[in-house]
Amino acid sequence: MTNVSVTVNGQVREADVEARTLLVYFLREHLGLTGTNVGCDTSTCGSCTVLVDGESVKSCTMLAAQADGREVTTIESMADGDTMHPIQDAFHRNHGLQCGYCTPGMVMAAASYLKENPTPTEEEVREALEGNLCRCTGYQNIVKSILDAAGSMSGASGSARA
Amino acid sequence: MVATENYVGSPVLRKEDAKLLTGQATYVDNQTMAGMAWMSLVRPPHVHATIDSIDTSAAASMPGVLAVYTAADLEDAFPASLPMVWPITEEIKIPTHWPLTKDKIRFAGDAVAVVLAETREQAEDAAEAVTVSATDLPVVNDLEEAAKDEVVLHEDLGTNVVVHWSHGGGGDQSVFDSAPVILQERYAQPRLIPNAIETRGCLAYGIPAAGEFTLVTASQIPHIARVGLSIATGIPQSKLRIIAPDVGGGFGSKLNVYAEEALALALARMSGRPVKWIETRQENYLATIHGRGVLHDCTLAGTDDGDILGMKFVELADMGAYFQLLTPGIPELGGWVYMGPYDTKAYWYEFRGIMTNATPTDAYRGAGRPEATFVVERLVDAYARKIGMDPADVRRKNFLPPSEEAFGSIMGLSIDSANYEPTFDRALELADYSALRAEQQTRRDRGDVKQLGVGLSSYIEMCGLAPSEILGALRYVAGGWDAAEVECRPDGKVVVRTGTSPHGQGHETSWSQIVADGLGVTPDDVEVLHGDTSVSRLGMDTYGSRSASVGAEAVARALEKVRDKARTIAAHELEVSEDDLEWADGAFRVSGAPDKARTIPELAASAWHAHSLPKDMEPMLEGTAVWDPPNFTWPGGTHICVVEVDTETGKTDILKYVAVDDCGNVINPMIVEGQVQGGVAQGVAEALYEEAIYDESGNLTTSSMTQYLVPTAVEVPSITQDRTVTPSTTNSLGVKGIGEAGTIASPPAVVNAVIDAVSHLGVNHIDKPASPERVWRAIKDAKGGAA
Repeated sequence: MTNVSVTVNGQVREADVEARTLLVYFLREHLGLTGTNVGCDTSTCGSCTVLVDGESVKSCTMLAAQADGREVTTIESMADGDTMHPIQDAFHRNHGLQCGYCTPGMVMAAASYLKENPTPTEEEVREALEGNLCRCTGYQNIVKSILDAAGSMSGASGSARA
Repeated sequence: MVATENYVGSPVLRKEDAKLLTGQATYVDNQTMAGMAWMSLVRPPHVHATIDSIDTSAAASMPGVLAVYTAADLEDAFPASLPMVWPITEEIKIPTHWPLTKDKIRFAGDAVAVVLAETREQAEDAAEAVTVSATDLPVVNDLEEAAKDEVVLHEDLGTNVVVHWSHGGGGDQSVFDSAPVILQERYAQPRLIPNAIETRGCLAYGIPAAGEFTLVTASQIPHIARVGLSIATGIPQSKLRIIAPDVGGGFGSKLNVYAEEALALALARMSGRPVKWIETRQENYLATIHGRGVLHDCTLAGTDDGDILGMKFVELADMGAYFQLLTPGIPELGGWVYMGPYDTKAYWYEFRGIMTNATPTDAYRGAGRPEATFVVERLVDAYARKIGMDPADVRRKNFLPPSEEAFGSIMGLSIDSANYEPTFDRALELADYSALRAEQQTRRDRGDVKQLGVGLSSYIEMCGLAPSEILGALRYVAGGWDAAEVECRPDGKVVVRTGTSPHGQGHETSWSQIVADGLGVTPDDVEVLHGDTSVSRLGMDTYGSRSASVGAEAVARALEKVRDKARTIAAHELEVSEDDLEWADGAFRVSGAPDKARTIPELAASAWHAHSLPKDMEPMLEGTAVWDPPNFTWPGGTHICVVEVDTETGKTDILKYVAVDDCGNVINPMIVEGQVQGGVAQGVAEALYEEAIYDESGNLTTSSMTQYLVPTAVEVPSITQDRTVTPSTTNSLGVKGIGEAGTIASPPAVVNAVIDAVSHLGVNHIDKPASPERVWRAIKDAKGGAA
């Protein structure tokens, strides 16, 4: 067993985990943060995307031990009480989700990307999402949501969190 | 509050979204219970083999392992094999399908043992430690080879050709010999993997002493699963509760009763502990159903000026190694749309279902109808090329005439309503069709490397499954009705229980819109409950684009019963006759004295406290309806795909995609458009990227998401959409269904476009998926081998 100490959504969380424990299972099964989903075994689908030190990471590609001492942000911390994050709100207003399974990963990937590039083109958003699969929406409204969020976030600069 | 808005027809934002967007969904893997144990299956690395022995001893002694069972250990747990509910002919040969195979392994993924352990990791580790000694047999997964019966999967059946279903034809069959133009084509459609992003999974628990069990399962069909799993496990339906929680996509892959669900219930009963199983993605590719996998010999009889006289299709359909819930019925579902939206004078369809050493096939979005539409639309394009007509002109010349009423069709069933030409015209207009043809000619004249292709697809689909009487005639064992309860609470809120089981389609929102309009409340006042057999007791679930036309219609009919009762109470309280009341501004009002009124919330409170109801009236304002539709619904439309094909590399880029659909009246246009966008994306994937490939030894080489090309946001285009509205005559809402239209319409639109781009080079045929290599080879072959 390995002792890990990770700051998750602003709180220091410690646990003894098997050395092989992936970050996503540490979040889901040790901390009960089930908002981060698992969709494949090959780090392809991006459903498990979280932020590690502010950068998007597929949490099935990282061991919990590798996150020791780092800051992890998950979908559970994106909204402020009942007020959704502008990206979440944009997904809602633009019907950017259907079954919702890929959605937390999409929102986290978008949060990371919009920090890097606050005013992307449609093509840039599509390329930025290449690591996140959706089977329901055809991506059209996801792309629309992220462009919409970029607009509302840059219009109120500084309001974007995470 | 009283609302007077017309919510039906408006793009009301989804009430489902908040929990899904904030990580509060109830997907089965998010659920955990005290004392929960984990299940894992043993799937040995054999494809077709006789099992000599299974050694579970090493696994059984590993840390945390509670039990290891083979089929022999579970004889008493399963009184019947897994259900197949569509024995489509009297002569059909039905393979026995136990949750664990007993004597033989028949496909890569066939499970021989099951492990129960304290943790997920311990269960998986122990499953790997089970050793299986097996003698390999020859493998057959080519349809025509399998049909020769040199290798037979199920010896007791004596053949791999387990079912032959013939539509029997319609019209004058002699046209297939005598028409001026007789075109014969062969089209192969590969197997596809549905790829819901949430894999399957389930959690079984119960009270063994009471014989009561619950299964939480990632399923589209909790109500049907309750019946099927009761048969498989022997747990009476009265003691078996199935819960479909939030479900992360289905596309037909969760329209089934699976071995793992039966095993989890059996292990929960035997161990007395909650038992959880979550499928890995690799298992999902091996052990969840595949779709398509068909080969068609097609004949079109026509005149030399574009009149279609006859359409005939003879199909071989890959059943895989066993039947799942609906396997042999899937090709037959397509068997009613092989005329497309065309007024053909003769019709013939038949298929043979063939067992192969591969994953069982079953419903994948569209289920039979995409397979049919693909070959019809490819054939119509090939006919247009053969007689030198524009494919748009051929289609226009042959559309069935418009009808607002139901009318009989050459295929034997009645079409609810039709008006194909305005839909077609709108698609041509949005695509700017004549400008595209001019641009194409210019590029051809210049000999450009990048050539333009325009692909048309006009479709009709049979959905809204289904009139029970017709299902019975087609030998389906269940009915096609659905049910709803509408219950008005005394606080003014409304609870709706629907028999449909959404997994992304937004029924909570759409059904709320209908109820809000009918009761003068807002959609937020309405709570739609679903997916739990103890909550929405009656239902037939979600598949076959049935939810709106059957499930929402049941809601509308339950709503009418509530309104009738509410009207009676209002008349009683206002001391007028019911005839003196009118519904206006969200309340029953006395004609001529509109301030004398009762709202539904007021009447719900009256019916709840029941202090002064009309004599003999039962308390509570609620209504239940069970609705059996008199007909299917028959949506239609035209999709147009515009591509650019690089004639040197074979690479295809989609420049534009136009979808004009007619699904009758629309409850929520935002959701309808989203359904089409997602369906088209899956069809584009089918046309250009996706294919489940087995090697010669029967191993699935596309066994993970790194090999099977699920398209990303880079590959899938944004589409241009519009609708025409031809209300259905099958239901009072006038809705037809939209869940599968995109997947049905788009594969031929895309492939026709690719072929159209290079047809002037002599190419008449490219198989799905039209990969750069396939396109490049087709061009090379057309040029006589010179690249």
